[in-house]
Amino acid sequence: MAVDSTPRTDPDSALALKILVAGGFGAGKTTLVGAVSEIRPLRTEEQLTEAGAGIDDTGGVSRKTTTTVAMDFGRITIRSGLSLYLFGTPGQDRFWFLWDELAHGALGAVVLADTRRLADCFAAVDYFEHRRIPFVVAVNCFPGARSFGAHEVSRALDLDRGTPVVLCDARDRDSGKEVLVRLVEYAGRMHAARMLDSVG
Amino acid sequence: MSAPRERAAARWYDAEAGPLVRPYAMTGGRTRPGAAGVPLDLIALVAAVDTGPGPGEDSLLGPEHRALLSLCAAGVQSVAELAADADLPVGVVRVLVGDLLQAGHVQVSRPVPPARLPDERILREVIDGLRAL
Repeated sequence: MAVDSTPRTDPDSALALKILVAGGFGAGKTTLVGAVSEIRPLRTEEQLTEAGAGIDDTGGVSRKTTTTVAMDFGRITIRSGLSLYLFGTPGQDRFWFLWDELAHGALGAVVLADTRRLADCFAAVDYFEHRRIPFVVAVNCFPGARSFGAHEVSRALDLDRGTPVVLCDARDRDSGKEVLVRLVEYAGRMHAARMLDSVG
Repeated sequence: MSAPRERAAARWYDAEAGPLVRPYAMTGGRTRPGAAGVPLDLIALVAAVDTGPGPGEDSLLGPEHRALLSLCAAGVQSVAELAADADLPVGVVRVLVGDLLQAGHVQVSRPVPPARLPDERILREVIDGLRAL
């Protein structure tokens, strides 16, 4: 270490991890990000380019559609040089194509579910299952909504065995932290299982 | 009734109207980072290497470049934070950070995060850290 001349701000020693927060419109994504973030949730905009259906041969210019979507994000510093970034993904399903960019290298995802509109999170569940990205379903217990057990939600969503379902209150910091802990634990278990698979 | 409407009409370009400069005017129309360009992830970390050029130097750097540099000078920042703090679209920040990288003013770690998960020790640290918050 004595010969280490690396400046303290050297980004190579810093590690940032990314967790996505998905779910239907109004399921509480921004609320959850705000509850656990140490900074006021920030809003950023991402410009998305979706390749158009056809290519204009004569001009050699591909037709593209550009959409601007807003994203909310927050940060949790675990220690100096290790931070967790949470990104609330756009609510509308039609922005699913954004997730590839967002999801690349993500540690995992939280799919927020509202039991009154469970179907709203089908797209997110499908997406993460297909990409084999570790995720937990966090059932946001809205006041006044009929309460369902984790098992019922798991069956209704036809989740793969082992996918954790956590009941939570997205407004509550401790509840939000617990959701994240369950996700990181699950991501670790999935990772270990895959390592075993690859050697066996 | 007409007075407020007239006032509103005169001030149509308020904050709600968005910026009056088109975002990619700040990048000279470029939507991708330059030759050394790598697609920067939202969590790519950007650190200032030096304090940047003096006010008279390097006229290639625009005010937005300098704004980003001063944000990085305060500490390592993610691309997402830079975009939010500088109030610029992420796409614009990617191009501008690409310029700063090429000019040697910043360092970027993990422009693209590795697809594999971090090792178990890191995950354990994250879990313990979350519990301790």
